[in-house]
Amino acid sequence: MNSSASMRRDNCRYEVDATALDGPAHRVIRCGPFSFKVETHTAIAALLLAIALVAVATLALAGGAFPLRVGDIVSALLGVGDERAQLVVIEWRLPRVLGAVLIGMALGVSGAIFQSLTRNPLGSPDVIGFSAGSYTGALIVLLHLGGGYWLTAGGAVAGGFGAAALVYALAWRGGVDGFRMILIGIGVSALLGAFNMWMIRQASLQAALGAAFWGAGSLNGLGFDQLRFAALAFAVLLPASAYLAQAMRQMELGDDVARATGVPVMRMRFALTFVGVALTAAATAFAGPIAFIALVAPQVARRMTATASVSILTSALCGGLLLLVADLAVQRAFGNQLPVGVMTVVIGGFYFIWLLVRETRP
Amino acid sequence: MTSPHPLRAMDITVGYRDAVLRNLSVAIPEGSFTAIIGPNGCGKSTLLRALARLLKPESGEIFLKGKPIGTYASREVARSLGLLPQSSVAPEGITVAELVARGRYPYQTFLRRWSRQDEVAVADAMAATGVEHLALERVDRLSGGQRQRTWIAMVLAQQTEILLLDEPTTYLDITHQVELLDLCRHLNREGRTLVAVLHDLNLACRYATHVIALRDGAILAEGPPTEIVTADLVRDVFGLSAVIIEDPISGGPLVVPDQKAI
Ligand SMILES: Nc1ncnc2c1ncn2[C@@H]1O[C@H](COP(=O)(O)OP(=O)(O)OP(=O)(O)O)[C@@H](O)[C@H]1O
Ligand SMILES: [Mg+2]
Repeated sequence: MNSSASMRRDNCRYEVDATALDGPAHRVIRCGPFSFKVETHTAIAALLLAIALVAVATLALAGGAFPLRVGDIVSALLGVGDERAQLVVIEWRLPRVLGAVLIGMALGVSGAIFQSLTRNPLGSPDVIGFSAGSYTGALIVLLHLGGGYWLTAGGAVAGGFGAAALVYALAWRGGVDGFRMILIGIGVSALLGAFNMWMIRQASLQAALGAAFWGAGSLNGLGFDQLRFAALAFAVLLPASAYLAQAMRQMELGDDVARATGVPVMRMRFALTFVGVALTAAATAFAGPIAFIALVAPQVARRMTATASVSILTSALCGGLLLLVADLAVQRAFGNQLPVGVMTVVIGGFYFIWLLVRETRP
Repeated sequence: MTSPHPLRAMDITVGYRDAVLRNLSVAIPEGSFTAIIGPNGCGKSTLLRALARLLKPESGEIFLKGKPIGTYASREVARSLGLLPQSSVAPEGITVAELVARGRYPYQTFLRRWSRQDEVAVADAMAATGVEHLALERVDRLSGGQRQRTWIAMVLAQQTEILLLDEPTTYLDITHQVELLDLCRHLNREGRTLVAVLHDLNLACRYATHVIALRDGAILAEGPPTEIVTADLVRDVFGLSAVIIEDPISGGPLVVPDQKAI
């Protein structure tokens, strides 16, 4: 590569490849046996998303019934300055902001995983029934086992895995075809939706109200206690998805090529499905079913990076940003009355219709 | 252990819901350019997929370099044996260079994603198949032949000793067919073992050093083209009456179909 500039320090090399023989302009970092390729577009998109995320988070920490300036927020976060500001920022607003970002990230990554596995932008966990399954699990706990935060969360996780197992079992034909899985998933989602509705109808008014509120998807109830567990779950699942991403990308070439290039396809598909379902189920467990973030985030990320594959990192950032913005908008416009899930349904609904029209056009 | 047959199937029964190949044994000679010929649906692709460990035989065993193929790790197999499937779909929007780079997967790890060797292998593979000038094009906007050459470049980037190519010449015009087979011959003479499913009997006879004729999941004949390609074989395998004359260029057999099919 003739026009490549490089900087050398010890054994490490940072190379700028301007001839771009290997695809869109990228940077290569090599250090001993390690090497990384960073696509310029992806890096820029990730940077922009991260900046936007910090900006919106600051806005969310600053605004509301008790307005604060950036300086107050920073000192509150550092644990110095006005105690009232510390209380507002750290106890009231921070859990919600962190929750929105973490849950949005989890949903974005989960969407990226299933869209990649099904090789279809429609193949997102909220479309193919996994979120509906989580809600079913949570409802059973809320209405029949007396509720309780952690038990409900457990029900959501169990329900998510149950729905995934059901969709896979029905779609299985000596292998899983992405489109078949999506069609069956949409069917399962509709059935579970009806079942959920029926369960709520059967319940007492009090229980039904609670269940319906939970079912709309809201970040209202998030405190540091729950957040710690959410952070723990995502601290395992997000790196796991980053690790599996290489095999996931390879599997987009089809099972035959993936296998022929050394991907243990069955094992990887299982691992990816497990991580993807766990991410959606955990997100649902903490905030209720929040629709469409998983569907929209990876595609927005893909458009931003102009790459063939959905990338885990940008999908995560995009999901975090989308949910944070949606939650902030809802809070500012309606106070705490309207759950954020309603907002994402409105944003996502239009996108979903557009996508359906586009995907089903020959 | 150096076996004269780097890839061998012993008594395999393999297929989908029903077995396609039954109790078939075949050995690919070391350093050969083996052509598999046979009518549509006779099991050529099934055989290649079984040899590449994409299909697990119900019974029997595949040996790679003398050891049962199941004892290797997936990436190890992929570093010794590359496969070009009969048809494949590239992800929407992927570029030629990106697709070729995917052939490097068996050499990459989480922390070793784009080594100097990866870069060289990809550049070499694109040069060998003549797609460098298309590096930044989107694969879904290429012509059928350009796309085929891109996929072959991906397999070449894998840098394996054994190459299994399922109909590598489909979609190619006559010039590119010959060019591609010249490339195959070149790779073969550099020491790689090649197995290709070919539909053009005359090109198969011209280029291959070893021919396997398949019909209904069984091997009817196998050996050097000059010895086995006869009018009888063509009739038995394809149900076609043909006259065999001497190829004026290579001196090998040239199959000229008769007027009337039988
Ligand atoms: N994925 C599959 N599932 C079920 N049956 C299959 C599958 N692929 C192939 N078959 C069947 O196996 C038999 C052999 O198919 P194979 O693809 O090996 O033929 P082939 O010799 O490669 O034919 P062609 O020249 O048309 O490529 C056919 O009868 C086919 O219907
Ligand atoms: Mg075939």
